[in-house]
Amino acid sequence: MDINDVRGLGTVFALIAFIGIIAWAYSSSRKTRFDDDANMVFKDEDIAQRSALAETTKND
Amino acid sequence: MSTAIEQPNYNYKVVKYFAIMAVVWGVVGMSIGVLIASQLVWPELNFDIQYLTFSRLRPLHTNTVIFAFGGCALFATAYYVVQRTCQARIFSDSLAMFTFWGWQAVIVAAAITLPMGLTSTKEYAELEWPIDILIEVVWISFAIVFFGTIAKRNQPHIYVANWFFGAFIITIAILHTINSLAIPVSMWKSYSIYAGTIDAMVQWWYGHNAVGFFLTAGFLGIMYYFIPKQAERPVYSYRLSIVHFWALISIYVWAGAHHLHYSALPDWAQSAGMVMSLILLAPSWGGMINGMMTLSGAWHKLRTDPILRFLVVSLSFYGMSTFEGPMMAIKTVNALSHNTDWTIGHVHSGALGWVAMVSFGAIYNLLPVVLGKKQGEMYSIKLINIHFWLATLGTVLYICAMWVNGIMQGLMWRAVNADGTLTYSFVESLEASYPGYFVRVVGGALFLAGMLIMAYNTFKTVRGAHAEQAKLAQA
Repeated sequence: MDINDVRGLGTVFALIAFIGIIAWAYSSSRKTRFDDDANMVFKDEDIAQRSALAETTKND
Repeated sequence: MSTAIEQPNYNYKVVKYFAIMAVVWGVVGMSIGVLIASQLVWPELNFDIQYLTFSRLRPLHTNTVIFAFGGCALFATAYYVVQRTCQARIFSDSLAMFTFWGWQAVIVAAAITLPMGLTSTKEYAELEWPIDILIEVVWISFAIVFFGTIAKRNQPHIYVANWFFGAFIITIAILHTINSLAIPVSMWKSYSIYAGTIDAMVQWWYGHNAVGFFLTAGFLGIMYYFIPKQAERPVYSYRLSIVHFWALISIYVWAGAHHLHYSALPDWAQSAGMVMSLILLAPSWGGMINGMMTLSGAWHKLRTDPILRFLVVSLSFYGMSTFEGPMMAIKTVNALSHNTDWTIGHVHSGALGWVAMVSFGAIYNLLPVVLGKKQGEMYSIKLINIHFWLATLGTVLYICAMWVNGIMQGLMWRAVNADGTLTYSFVESLEASYPGYFVRVVGGALFLAGMLIMAYNTFKTVRGAHAEQAKLAQA
């Protein structure tokens, strides 16, 4: 088996990995989890508010 | 008030510093851009002073807009997003502050050495070895602060924007280290350890991935946080964002060879670079569509919200330039476009339309927040709207002028008479390029005018917030 077979196999593994990622991301069992993850950007308003308060009350 | 300080909160100070400096360096870098564009129309504008010649100011322009303006915008947004989505304060306040001052020192060093003609001559990596070492130190500190914050996160999941920022930080560290390897012969002179074709391939592996990871992955991190935030709805498909991430980062690194078509680079390597560039269209457009579709059902917001308009139009330019890029990477197209102004137009459709506009949107969104106001609550929304139209019009004029110039130059250079001699001399193609160069100056000046309006708006917003703070402190 020479180096070019290994290189060819590398491409095959990359394809398998890619299909694996799609299968993992789109499996129905992970739907709710990813829906929750997508909403992460809206879930820290309390801390943001507190940080903003700290910002407005300090004097620098 | 004391309880507010004891609970965990975010470090907004370092974000504020970087955001303000992004605006400052944006004005500086774009002013230099307009100056050198004018020099191509009116060459006497270098005033016969060696420090003001095109050859020395051009690398200063690229370094200032990419690494000073773009870099500061990336530092600001990465620190902001990683804190907010991990719900944790930044890993180390002092190390984060060190990255701020360290990065400003790099920029000042660039602004001194490049006009002096001190350069390694590697495009987008012109800075000499002492500055390269400083960049290395600052960048490793950036990685420690960023991944340290990820490590202490109060959320089980790492939000997709952080994956993009993380890939950007790691890849730039690798690219900078490998491409900058050089043997110093004096304080300000060094020679690359690579030779000939290998040096060229390493340089464009670096150069193209500077585009792919500095100017794309990092700004996609911005896109995945700030578009949902400003549109007030979650990203269209979180699952697509995962596929987008892995596909984009695994394909981008192979595309650099398209910068060396018809060179001494082996033919198979050129073809591999071309094919990988064509495949790159898929993840690029997947990401663009994901960002765009986030607005589905909320398109009406574009009518009233110029910040959202900046973010969405940046995606249109991103889609356009990531279609144009693969097309230009096709060898037969490249035979026409290479070394012409078409390349400059392509770069600016990405740099002005995508990178700068998405940064403007993000800074307008976050700056009021770090000053203790609501998101997007700038001094004047009307001025943001004017900025938006100046930026859009400026970009369109710029890239159209360069398309016309580039295709015309390519056609003139390849035209041959019946007896096989060249139809046009080089200087005839230059002569024909003048109208395009003038339109570019106009487009660039409009874009700069918008940037100046943003600087004024930023100044008024910061001053207003500080005045309020002073009033509160007295009360």
